[in-house]
Amino acid sequence: MHYVTEILPSLLQGAGLTLQIFFWTLILSLPLGILVSLGLMSKIRPLKWVLEIYVWLMRGTPLLLQLIFVFYGLPIVGIVFQRYDAALVAFVLNYAAYFAEIFRGGFQAIDEGQFEAARVLRLSYWQTLRKIVIPQVVKIVIPSIGNEVINLVKDSSLVYVIGLGDLLRAGNVATSRDVTLVPLLLVALIYLILVGICTLVLRKVEQRYSYFK
Amino acid sequence: MLEVKNLSKSFGERVILDKVNLTVKDGEILSIVGPSGAGKTTLLRCITGLETADAGQFLIDGQPFDPQGTAESDRVIGVVFQDYNLFPNLSVMENITLAPIMVLKKSKDQAERDARGLLDELGLSTKGDLYPWQLSGGQKQRVAIARALAMNPKILCYDEPTSALDPAMRKEVARIILDLKKEGMTQLVVTHDFDFADEIADDILRVKAIDQPQDVAAEE
Repeated sequence: MHYVTEILPSLLQGAGLTLQIFFWTLILSLPLGILVSLGLMSKIRPLKWVLEIYVWLMRGTPLLLQLIFVFYGLPIVGIVFQRYDAALVAFVLNYAAYFAEIFRGGFQAIDEGQFEAARVLRLSYWQTLRKIVIPQVVKIVIPSIGNEVINLVKDSSLVYVIGLGDLLRAGNVATSRDVTLVPLLLVALIYLILVGICTLVLRKVEQRYSYFK
Repeated sequence: MLEVKNLSKSFGERVILDKVNLTVKDGEILSIVGPSGAGKTTLLRCITGLETADAGQFLIDGQPFDPQGTAESDRVIGVVFQDYNLFPNLSVMENITLAPIMVLKKSKDQAERDARGLLDELGLSTKGDLYPWQLSGGQKQRVAIARALAMNPKILCYDEPTSALDPAMRKEVARIILDLKKEGMTQLVVTHDFDFADEIADDILRVKAIDQPQDVAAEE
């Protein structure tokens, strides 16, 4: 027990970084994902192609590799990020691509009749999106978005590769120093608590949208 | 009075409508009947602006209008869809008041007062706060009628209004359509149900599938 209280501060410090990356990635990649999904459905061919290549790259290569390229690779062409910023850029770009595909599926699940009803009522495109389509899309995508959100909690541990000290790294350090698995058990426990909180919040959001079918 | 003159529409090689003419007199009901694939729905979709006509003229009270236009003078047609297309995320009241508020720029109070009048008339006075999934098929249809009427159309169009209804509800929608007629509403009803058309219509337009230049199966 004494050992636990001794290493807990360093683990919590690592968890702080994990949480920071988690929140900023969500806040930035969700809106970006919606915009990209609208672009993926756009009739402007070149825009669509560029975005399709972007999504292909982001989903087609490991996030670990993308982190390495952003931090060690981009400086070669003169773009230099601090470690933390590099991590955020890589995470936001990667997650926005996944979110874009999820939102695209959501938009395409909306019945054509909804657009037609809005059209004969003379609602504009943006009025239709805002009042009718987006609320229905959000309800459709919540479960899939929830999956990605939970993945993100754990994916954030990949930042060790560019030398950032997150939760998992803090646990690793303690484990190899003290030759015991206790720190890693604590790490697992903290991840479980974080994911547990996420699950509860997601359930609340789902309930908020349960008033319609 | 709605007049459609020389309306033509093809999809690729397939001619669906060839110089169709029709007139719906003020306060009357015109029923368009015919088998599946005869182009009834396409005709209605051209009149309501959901499909672009290849050729033809649309007149309301002698004035030309553009079914796809957004000007005030183009907002003359109301539509009750076959499967109603209510907005599932909005309550009955919000379904009806959304367009009056956003398009006609009515105040929320005014729009809700008007909507309540329509709901009372259609026997839905207690349903305003419900959501579409909580309604029966017949109730959904009446909400769709109220939503269309809330935009003060000059003519109300129905696409297959009896297709999803049991016999009792079929009588009910016939009664509603005839009640609206008494109030002076001009109506256009597309249906494959000849008996229903006979029951309600002042005038019936029969359409049949156009023989295709190539052997293309008519389907819709």
